[in-house]
Amino acid sequence: MTTPLVERPTSPADASAPTGTAPAPTGTAPRIIAGRPALLHDKSTHYCPGCGHGVVHRLIAELLEDLGVADRTIAVAPVGCSVFAYDYIDVDWIEAPHGRAPAVATGVRRVRPDAYVLMYQGDGDLAAIGTAEIIHAAARGEGIVCVFVNNGIYGMTGGQMAPTTLLGQTTTSSPLGREASAAGYPLPITEMLAMLPGVAYASRGTLADAASIGRLRAMLKRAMEMQLKGAGFAIVEVLSNCPVGWGMTAQESIDHLAVVAETYPVGVLVDRPKAAATAARAAQTAIPDPLAATALEA
Amino acid sequence: MVISAAPERVLMKGNEAIAEAAIQAGCDAYFGYPITPQAELLEWMARRMPELGRVFVQAESEVAAINMALGAAATGARVMVSSSSPGISLMAEGMSYMAGSEVPVVLVNVMRGGPGLGSIGPSQGDYLQMVKGHGHGDYRTPVLAPSSISEAIALVADAFEIAERYRTPVVILADGTLGQAMEPVVPVYRMPRRVEPDWAANGRGGRRPRVVKSLHLRPEELELHNDHLQAKFREIAAAEVRWTGELLDDAEVVVVAYGTAARVARTAIRRAREGGLRAGLFRPISLWPFPSAALAELAPRARAILVVELSAGQMIEDVRLAVEGRAPVGFHGRTGGMVPSPDEVVASLRRLWAITEPRNGEPQRRRHARSTPTLPSRAARPTPSEPAITDEPALQEVWR
Repeated sequence: MTTPLVERPTSPADASAPTGTAPAPTGTAPRIIAGRPALLHDKSTHYCPGCGHGVVHRLIAELLEDLGVADRTIAVAPVGCSVFAYDYIDVDWIEAPHGRAPAVATGVRRVRPDAYVLMYQGDGDLAAIGTAEIIHAAARGEGIVCVFVNNGIYGMTGGQMAPTTLLGQTTTSSPLGREASAAGYPLPITEMLAMLPGVAYASRGTLADAASIGRLRAMLKRAMEMQLKGAGFAIVEVLSNCPVGWGMTAQESIDHLAVVAETYPVGVLVDRPKAAATAARAAQTAIPDPLAATALEA
Repeated sequence: MVISAAPERVLMKGNEAIAEAAIQAGCDAYFGYPITPQAELLEWMARRMPELGRVFVQAESEVAAINMALGAAATGARVMVSSSSPGISLMAEGMSYMAGSEVPVVLVNVMRGGPGLGSIGPSQGDYLQMVKGHGHGDYRTPVLAPSSISEAIALVADAFEIAERYRTPVVILADGTLGQAMEPVVPVYRMPRRVEPDWAANGRGGRRPRVVKSLHLRPEELELHNDHLQAKFREIAAAEVRWTGELLDDAEVVVVAYGTAARVARTAIRRAREGGLRAGLFRPISLWPFPSAALAELAPRARAILVVELSAGQMIEDVRLAVEGRAPVGFHGRTGGMVPSPDEVVASLRRLWAITEPRNGEPQRRRHARSTPTLPSRAARPTPSEPAITDEPALQEVWR
């Protein structure tokens, strides 16, 4: 169910007409090609112009609707710019302390087996203060889907360095650029999670362009279906932009996502619905003995 | 141990009794992390909760445990967490969020010696932390302090009831002795009535969505929310005061103590009476709300009040606030996991009696001024078995 929008004029002549006021071409019925998902509240967001959160919110709203789980969804909001996600997506929400969404979601998961549990986290929340919680929720294979929006910066507090900040990237707390000698290396946490047997699905998408957003939607859908299959923990990392924090225009920041993807490659890391996950678990339980391997080589 | 439907006398360990009382009170989920001296509580839950088809999760940390509790309770489940002092510090964040977002959870703190890693011996060193509000922000938490294992069983049910009635976290404040000791008890379990949580985030179904949150970014909005919380705290303060007394009617000297310290004091007041000193015990059960009014009423009749704690002096602050100078207040405390002997307390009672004056109807101010005790000089420091008793806050330290 969507709120209909009238298709925008596409001919060169019509394109010069004032936006939003062009009447539908006479004699043709308006064709609906997009609209506001019913689950998305009809209000402006607090996000900065050009920010990627809005796109991700929209995808989540569309998919919760497509999967028919909105009525039984209990979503967990993080601390960071997206703490207000509960103001935009029309389901039940619980606000978690900074980084603790995976623990809060675990509590929900365990006492509400019939609920659809979704959590939304940023990179400061998930990859810094909440590292322990995300790793252990994933290790337990909690039936939760995590939407992890990585813009490489603490947006809400003024653009400070995060564990995900690129090497050399200038932020308000790395004014000369992030140096590995002082601040270590960017944290590929989704890759770290993907090696855990409890993780049914892990992938990384990007908001770099329309085609990528289409692929991201497919990733999110796949991840969200894992919970319905009872497959285990699922996470999609979204490479997103922060024009204000990065000191760029909206377009520059979107173009810059190609650079971000050099550190954080886009793609599916793990995709194992129940049967596959069980096999993977069995395989991974037997951790190879590195000493034995050395002995063989010698 | 046998759990029987018909009350019969059984030998129970404090930690296990608290766990079983929670189960019998209808606890749906328990989240914890191993720490001495409360580990048996977690172990009891690990065995019993899955047996009953209920939820037990051993979390990766106390931080995670309290947040799992937050998530589960925010959906309307009846939830308990437990830990001991160092772990409780890690739970402070979650407690503040639960107070702010009004999520009912029962938290058990089986206190051990501190600060830091401290010791695993019994302590009451977390009084101020628990009673004055562990986490950040303007809030209060009801704190119930059992003094015996059978009382702990009763208070667990009360704690769930208070938590759900007022939508607030509630603390059961025990100590290493109560957790570890075994006592013969006749367990009387109680399951508080369940009320449909019309605020919980349990899936919107056909209704409007709910948000369980503590963030109110607009100052005007947060002040309104805080006004609401404070009104609730006033209501609790008026309705949930619990205390008990022993031999108070003719008591010249009144001991104020809770938990394990009160167990020692019970013996001490009887021994003092055997020696001719009329002593009584005032035992707060709710530490917040503190039974200030009852103590204030008692104070003018007392020649002196002796606060006994397994700490360097924490509850004494609330005693002094309640007494407001209407009686001299002395202190006897041990720390680090040490528990005072009854004879130590009797000795302190005698010394306090000796440096104070009888009630004779003289104007309070004058009598009080003259009764300023002769303080021990530093050269004449009491030995460790003879902690200081003074009326001066600056000299409240436990002399070692």
